[in-house]
Amino acid sequence: MPNTTNILVCGIGGQGVMTATEILSEAAIAEGHDVKKTEVAGMSQRGGVVTSHLRFGPKVLSPQIAPGTADVLLGFEAAEALRWSHYLKPGAMALVNDARLVPPVVELGLFKYPDDPIGEMKSRGVRTVSFDAATIARDLGDLRLGNTVMLGAIADQLPFSAEVLLDCIVKRFARKGEQVVEMNRKAFAAGREAAQAAVPA
Amino acid sequence: MAAVMPAPAASRLLMSGNEAVSRAVWESGTKVCAGYPGTPATEMLEQLSTYPDLYTEWSVNEKVSLEVAIGASMMGARAFCAMKHVGLNVAADPLMTVTLTGAEGGLVIAVADDVGMSSSQNEQDSRFYARFAHVPILEPADSQEAYDMARYAFELSEEYQVPVILRLTARICHVKGLVKVGERVAHPPKGFTKNAERWVMVPGHAKRRIPLMLAREQELKRLSDKTPLNVLEPGSDRRVAFVTSGPAYMHVRESFPDAPVLKLGLSYPWPLEKVAALAEMADTLVVVEEVEPLLETELKAAGFSVHGKDFLPRIGELAPEVLAPAVEKLLRKESAPAPEAAQGVLANAPPLFPRPPTLCASCPHMGIYYTLSQLKNLTIAGDIGCYTLGAGHPWNSLDSTICMGASMGVALGMDKGRGEADKNKKILAVIGDSTFMHMGMQGLLDITWNRGNVTILLLDNGTVGMTGGQNTPANGRDIRGQSAPRIDFPRLVEALGVKKERIHVIDPYQLPVLFKTVRDETKIDDVSVIITNRPCVLIEEFKPFRPYVVQEEKCTGCGNCVEVGCPAIHVTRRDRVVKASGKEVDLAFTRIDSVACTGCGLCVQPCAPEAIVHFAPAGQVIPVVPA
Repeated sequence: MPNTTNILVCGIGGQGVMTATEILSEAAIAEGHDVKKTEVAGMSQRGGVVTSHLRFGPKVLSPQIAPGTADVLLGFEAAEALRWSHYLKPGAMALVNDARLVPPVVELGLFKYPDDPIGEMKSRGVRTVSFDAATIARDLGDLRLGNTVMLGAIADQLPFSAEVLLDCIVKRFARKGEQVVEMNRKAFAAGREAAQAAVPA
Repeated sequence: MAAVMPAPAASRLLMSGNEAVSRAVWESGTKVCAGYPGTPATEMLEQLSTYPDLYTEWSVNEKVSLEVAIGASMMGARAFCAMKHVGLNVAADPLMTVTLTGAEGGLVIAVADDVGMSSSQNEQDSRFYARFAHVPILEPADSQEAYDMARYAFELSEEYQVPVILRLTARICHVKGLVKVGERVAHPPKGFTKNAERWVMVPGHAKRRIPLMLAREQELKRLSDKTPLNVLEPGSDRRVAFVTSGPAYMHVRESFPDAPVLKLGLSYPWPLEKVAALAEMADTLVVVEEVEPLLETELKAAGFSVHGKDFLPRIGELAPEVLAPAVEKLLRKESAPAPEAAQGVLANAPPLFPRPPTLCASCPHMGIYYTLSQLKNLTIAGDIGCYTLGAGHPWNSLDSTICMGASMGVALGMDKGRGEADKNKKILAVIGDSTFMHMGMQGLLDITWNRGNVTILLLDNGTVGMTGGQNTPANGRDIRGQSAPRIDFPRLVEALGVKKERIHVIDPYQLPVLFKTVRDETKIDDVSVIITNRPCVLIEEFKPFRPYVVQEEKCTGCGNCVEVGCPAIHVTRRDRVVKASGKEVDLAFTRIDSVACTGCGLCVQPCAPEAIVHFAPAGQVIPVVPA
C-alpha cells in the first residue's frame, strides 16, 4: 500500500523487541494512523529469533512487511540485524545495537557466528548505523534502559517528530515516578545522539 | 490473573485478535469460559480471566473444556471455549455429538490454527471440522473482525441452536490492530429444560436429531447468501476475481486492490449465489485460502472452474509477496508479461547460523537431557512441551514426539513391539506435569495394567511452561491465581498402578542422583516413575541462586560444560592439541555470562578441573565442591 510506513524490529527472545514495537505503535496511533503490529516469535521465549512488524498509515491491510519493503530496521542484536537486512528497501536505514548474543549451537561448534555482521551489512550496501546500547544504558546507571536507548536511536527515522515517541515512553513510565521518567528521557536522548553521531556522511 | 477494570465502551484499543475475542466474549454476557493453553490460542482464556462477572477455567484438556462449555450452554448460559488446532482433535468427540443436541445458551468454540507452525507438531486446517460436524464457521481477517464476529457468533448460535466455530489463525491471534469496543450486556441463563430426546444421545434419539441437523445446515446455507459477513466487492481490475477468507483477504486486497473479491466471513456453509455472481465478473477465478484446498474442491464439485492450490503454496502462511507474483505468473500464461516485483537492498536473505529455541539457563529439564545424552542403549518416547527441546542440540535425546500424552502409549508400544534387534534397549518416556494430566494419565494406566516395561520421567516444573507459565493442578493455583487443590504426583501414579518402590522424587540439579536413578530403574523389568521437583525458571516459585564464573587460569578447555547445553556458557577460545597418544583433541575454553547464569550448578558437576566457582568480588573466590 502506498503511504504505509513499514518498521521491522528484530532481536532475540527476552530483549524487549515486542515492547519496543508496542511503544512505536502507540506513537503511530497518537499521530492518528491506522496500525497493525505482528510478531513472528515462535518459541522466542527460549532464546529464539524474534521479529516484530509494525505497519502504519491511513489504512493498513496485510500486517506483514514483505522482504524489500521495510523503511527502517531496528536491530537489537548484530547478527539478527544482518539476518533481516534483506527486508529493507534500497536506501533505507538499519539502526543496530552492536551486541553479539551467541547461541548454544554456535558454542557447540556446529555453526559459525559471523566475525563482523555490521561490517557485512555495510559491505552489502545497507545504510547501517551501529552503537552499543548496553554500554550507553549502563553508563546511565541501569542496563534496563537499553530499550529506551533503542527507541531514541530510531526516533529521527520516523515520519513524525521524536517528541511524539518520547511522550509515549514518558506515559508508559509515568506511574513509576519522576526519577524513572527522567532516566528514560536521558536514555532516549542518548540513543538519539548515538545514532546521529554514527550516521554515515 | 487478577481481575482489572475493563476499558470503557467506545474506546479504540490496540488489541491482538485474542484480546479482541476475549473482550467480545465478556461483552456478550458469557457466563462460562474454558480452555487449555496452546499457541496461538492461550491468551484468549488468559485475558478472559482478567474480566469480572464470568467464570473462567483452565481445563485439564480441550475435550473437558468443550464439555464444560456444553454443560453451561444446556443451562441456557452463554459459553465459550478456546483451543489450538490440535486441541480440537482432542475435543472432536463431544463436538460430533453436541452438533446433534444443538446449543441452548450461545456456544462458541474458538480454534486457533498455527498456520506456519511456529509452535506445533503439525499444521492442520480446522475448517474441516465445520464440514465434519455440520456447524457454521466464522473467519475474521483482523482484530476488529475478530471482535465483531465473536459477538455475532453467540447470536448465531442461539438463533440456529448450533455450536459455532470461530476460526482464527496465528496471524489473527497475535496481530494487534485497533478495535472499537462496546458495553457488556448481561445474559442471564434461561434455565435447564429436561428433554431426554434432545440431550440424551442414545441411538434412538440421535437418529431423530440427524435430520434436524441437516435441515439446520440447509438454513445456514441460505443465511450464507444473505449475511453481510459474506461481502461481494466488485472491482475494476477484471483480469481475475478472488474468493477468500480470514487473513488471506488482507493479502488479496493488498496485492490486487481493484480486483473483484468475495470475502467470506461465514465461510461454511458458503454462499452459492454470491460465488456465481463473482464468477461472472472475471474469466479467471482464484480461491485464496489457508491451508488446504477445501473451498476450492467444493467449488469445483459445484461446477465452478477455479484455480487455487494448483499454483499457490499448500504449506504455511500466505502473504502478499507469495500471492502477487504467483497470480501474476498465472495470468501471464494468458496475457502480456508482468513487471518484475520490487527489489530490496539485498536480493536474498544472508546465509547465517540458525537460532533455534533452547532450554533456559537453570532449566530443570537440562540435567535430565544431559543425563540421557550420556547414557547408552536408550530409546526415548517424548511428548509435547518445553522438554520437546531435548530433541535438539546438544542432547539429541528424544526418539519420538507425536501428540499430547503420546509418550506413554508409544513407549508401551515400543516395549511390546520390540524384536530381536531391540531386546537390550531400555525404553523410556519423558512427559511434563501438565501434559501428563492432559492425556498422559490414561497412557500410564495402560502401561501398568498391561505390565509394560517402561521407565517414565515425569518432569514436574509446576506450570505449563511452553505457553508462558499457566497454572495447573500441579501447582495448586487456578487460572486467576487463587489457591486450588494441588495434585500429589507420587500418590497419583501409585493409584494408577505403579509400585511404591518404583516411584522416585528427585532433584534434577543433582546429576549423580539423576544418573544413578535412571540407570538403576531402567535395569529393572517393571514400570518406574521418576518425578523431578524443581520449578520452571520463568515462574515466581523459582528463586535464582548465586551465579557461577569460570576461573580462566584453571580452565583446561575440556568443553564438558558446553555439553550441558546451557545458554549462559560461552566459548572464549578454541584450540587443537595433539595428545601423547597422537590423538588430536579440540579444546574449548569457556566463560559464564554472570547476568544470564542463575546458579543451578549443573555445569559445575562435569567440570574436570573444578574451574567453575561461585561468582564473588575480586580476592574472595570461593571454591565450590560439586553438588
